[in-house]
Amino acid sequence: MKFGILINEGPFTHQASDSAYRFAEAVLARGHEIYRVFFYNDGVYNSNKLSEPQTDDRNLVALWSKLGTENGIDLVVCIAAALRRGIKDEVLEEGFRISGLGQLVEAGIQADRLVVFGD
Amino acid sequence: MEEWEESGPEVVKRFMYVNRRAPYGTIYALECLEVVLVAAAFDQDVSVVFMDDGVCQLKKNQDTTGIGMKNFSKTYGALDDYDVEKIYVEKEALDARGLTAEDLVIPVEVIAAVDLREIMAQQDVVISS
Repeated sequence: MKFGILINEGPFTHQASDSAYRFAEAVLARGHEIYRVFFYNDGVYNSNKLSEPQTDDRNLVALWSKLGTENGIDLVVCIAAALRRGIKDEVLEEGFRISGLGQLVEAGIQADRLVVFGD
Repeated sequence: MEEWEESGPEVVKRFMYVNRRAPYGTIYALECLEVVLVAAAFDQDVSVVFMDDGVCQLKKNQDTTGIGMKNFSKTYGALDDYDVEKIYVEKEALDARGLTAEDLVIPVEVIAAVDLREIMAQQDVVISS
């Protein structure tokens, strides 16, 4: 099955990104496909490479980046949500790209299931 | 031409956007409206739901001068221009807040939660915020 994933919360304050990450891992482990992960609302903060959690904590930005680059998953950060939060190409972690909301709608069209993680 | 535009026969899916939160206090209402306006351009079957505190998003005569935020309630009027015609408002949520359809900035279909549940079950994609 082809999954789309929408993440609406930033790392740390909410568990949404953690849950989505575990879900994405499970999807891949079962041999399914992830068409795209779309980051919206505060979810855009998951792409900020300046994020520097304590060393004994998980680093969600790094985890998403690694999962995306190793599995060729399209990690898309909403441009409108990103700009108002100071997320720009200068601070974008490897593996992410910034694009429009149309990418979310298109993920909804192309994927068999769009799974939303948020508050 | 974008990749999705040349993907063969038109895929039309049922997209539902569910608004559950008050218009101010968090950004969810505003950013959900931004998604809906983009989504409307995709020739999909789009519906928008307002339930719980989300019904307050449509309240007439909003005045945000005291909180320094943009009053975006007039933008809901653009939904009609974008051919988004399926706008459902949960009856129980209106009742609980002493509101009726006449208190809202746009014409809507007021619908009982039990009927809303059925429409929701028919959707391909439900995005809730």
